[in-house]
Amino acid sequence: MATVMKLVHRSALTSLMGQHCLSFSSAAAHRAAGIRAGQALPGKVKIVEVGPRDGLQNEKTLVPTEAKIKLINMLSESGLSVIEATSFVSPKWVPQMADQVEVMKGISRKPGVTYQVLTPNLQGFQAAVKAGAPEVAIFGAASELFSKKNINCSVDESLQRFDEVMKAAKEAGVPVRGYVSCVVGCPYEGKVAPEKVAHVAKRLYSMGCYEISLGDTIGVGTPGSMAKMLEAVTKEVPVSALAVHCHDTYGQALANILVALQMGISVVDSSVAGLGGCPYAQGASGNVSTEDVVYMLHGLGIETGVDLSKLMDAGAFICRTLNRKTSSKVAQAACKL
Amino acid sequence: MGNVPTTVKHCLSYEQLIEDYPWLRRWLQEDKTITGHAYPEFVKIVEVGPRDGLQNEKEIVPTGVKIQLIDMLSGTGLSVIEATSFVSSKWVPQMADHTDVLRGIQKASNVQYPVLTPNLQGFQDAVAAGATEVAVFGSASETFSKKNINCSVDESMLRFEEVINAAKKRQIPVRGYVSCALGCPHEGHIEPSKVAEVAKRLYEMGCYEISLGDTIGIGTPGSMLKMLQRVMKDVPINALAVHCHDTYGQALPNILTALQMGVSVVDSAVAGLGGCPYAQGSSGNVSTEDVLYMLHGMGIETGVNIAKVIEAGSFICSALSRKTNSKVAQARSTACCDESL
Repeated sequence: MATVMKLVHRSALTSLMGQHCLSFSSAAAHRAAGIRAGQALPGKVKIVEVGPRDGLQNEKTLVPTEAKIKLINMLSESGLSVIEATSFVSPKWVPQMADQVEVMKGISRKPGVTYQVLTPNLQGFQAAVKAGAPEVAIFGAASELFSKKNINCSVDESLQRFDEVMKAAKEAGVPVRGYVSCVVGCPYEGKVAPEKVAHVAKRLYSMGCYEISLGDTIGVGTPGSMAKMLEAVTKEVPVSALAVHCHDTYGQALANILVALQMGISVVDSSVAGLGGCPYAQGASGNVSTEDVVYMLHGLGIETGVDLSKLMDAGAFICRTLNRKTSSKVAQAACKL
Repeated sequence: MGNVPTTVKHCLSYEQLIEDYPWLRRWLQEDKTITGHAYPEFVKIVEVGPRDGLQNEKEIVPTGVKIQLIDMLSGTGLSVIEATSFVSSKWVPQMADHTDVLRGIQKASNVQYPVLTPNLQGFQDAVAAGATEVAVFGSASETFSKKNINCSVDESMLRFEEVINAAKKRQIPVRGYVSCALGCPHEGHIEPSKVAEVAKRLYEMGCYEISLGDTIGIGTPGSMLKMLQRVMKDVPINALAVHCHDTYGQALPNILTALQMGVSVVDSAVAGLGGCPYAQGSSGNVSTEDVLYMLHGMGIETGVNIAKVIEAGSFICSALSRKTNSKVAQARSTACCDESL
C-alpha cells in the first residue's frame, strides 16, 4: 500500500477509488441504492383541493352560495383535477355547509375534474348521490378521544357507520376516499402511535376506500414524526393509495410534504389561500396553501397540471369575499414584487 | 477484482474506506436516517435577528431594547448571535448605535457575537468597540452588488480582502455571506457556478464559514439542491451554512434539503424579524422558533431552548408593536391544549 501511495498522489485517487470501491463493496452499493431511492421524487403529483369544504368550514364568516360556486368554478379552470366541493353533514352542526345541495347543483362541472363531497353517514351519502355527487369521502380518526369529541363515537363505532356508506357506495358505483385525522398528534391525547394510524388506514382501505388521506389535524408533525408514521402506514397500505393532508399551524407543512414525496407519496391535499384556520389554536393557520405547495412542486420539476396564476386569482377572489388576507406566502409575495 | 494488485485491494475494503474518507459515512447511511437520508446530529443556529432582522424593520428600535433582546437571546442556548453592523449610519440608521450595542450587551462566555463589517473602516470601528468576530457580505449577482453596495463583485472582494487580512493579523475569525444564492431581484436566475465562484473566493481568502443566502426567498428544494451540489465541489460542506428567507414559504423545505446534503449550520431570526425589502409586506428571514421546532422534531440537537427563544421573540414583537412571523410562537400562544411533542 505504501509503495502504491508513493507512486500516485493520494488525492488524485479519491474520486476514482470512491467510485470503484462503491461497486466492489456490496454493503456500500446497497446503501447507496437506498439513498438514490430515498431521493427519487414522483414526476407528477395530484393536488386535492380542499378549500371549498375543509377551508370554508373553518372560516367564521358565512359565505354566500354564489360565492362558493364561483370559487369552485375558478378552481376548476386552474387545472386542478380534484376539488372537495361541500359536505353533506347536518347544517345544525356545520352551518357553513347548509347550502350543500345548491352548491352541488350550481357548479359548472368541468370534464376531467372530480367533485368530492363529505358524507359522514348513510343519510348524508343518500342526499349527496341525490344531489349528483360523483365521489364521496369519509373521515376516521387515529385518536379515540378526538373521535368521541368530534363525532361523538369511538373509532370502531365510526368505522361501522362508514361500513354502511361503503356498501351503499359500492352498489351505486361511487368511489370513496377515506381520511384519517390526528395522524401525528391529537389536541386531546397528544402523541398518536403510528401503529394506530396504520390500523385505521388499513381498515378504511380494506373496506374499499380507493385512497387514504393522512391528516396532521393540528399541524404538530415534523419530518421526523411524519416519516415514522408513513413508515408504519406504508407497511399496511400501498403508497400509491396514500395522500398527505398537512396543516401549517407550526409552519411545518411544506417540509412534511417534501418528506412524504421522498417516501413515494404522490397525492397532496391543500387549500387555496390556506383557507381554514385551526379550531384548536385561535388565530393560528390550518390548511397549507395550495399556492405554496404548487410553487414548491414546480420548483422541484414535478408536474401538477395547475396554473399557478389562475389559482392565485381564485385565492384573491375568496379572500376579498371573506374580507381576509391570504395565508399563502406565494400569493402575498407575488402581488408585491 | 482479479486485476487489482493485492496491495490496493486492502484499501478497497469497506472499513478502510470509511476510515479514509469520513464523508462517505454520511453517503452510506452510517448516521441516523430518515427516509434514507443521513442528517447531522447537531445543527448550529446562527441567530441573525438583532442585525439582519432589525435592519429590515421599519421602526427604529431603541438601543436599550436591542441590548435586552441580545441578552435574552444569550440565555437561550444559542451559540452565535449576530449583534450589529458597523456600516455607515447614513445608509442603515437602524444600526447607528452599533458601538453602544456591542459595548452594552452582557457577553456570555459560550456565545459568539459576530458583527458585519463591510469595509476596513467598519472593521477598525468594530475592533475598537470590542468585536471578536466579524462578517463580510458578498453577492452572487453583479447587479445586486452594484445596487446594494455600489460596486462590482470583484471590487467588493478587494474590499473584503483588506478586512480579512486585517482580521487575520488580530486572529479575528471572519464569516462570509453570499447573497442571491438562489435568485436575484434584478437578474432573476443565478447560475450555481457563480455562487460557487464567490463562495470559493471568500473561503480561500480566509472566511471560516460561508453562509449561502436566498435573499428573496425564491428558492425551492430543487434549486437549493442544484446550488449546493455545485458549491460543495469548491467549498467543504462543514464550512457551509444556509440563510433561507421565507418570502415564498419555502424556507423550511429548503433547510431540510440542505440538511440532507450535509449542511449543519442554519441562519434564522427570532420571530422571523425582518421583512423583504423587495416584496413590500412580505416576510423575510425564517423564524428561529420554526426552525428549532423542525430540528427538534427530527431528533437533531441544537442546544437551544425553544421556549426561551419564544419569550425573546415576544419581547421584541411587543417593542416593535408587531405580530410575530413565527407560526410556532403564534400557535403556542393560542393553543388550547399542550401539544409539546
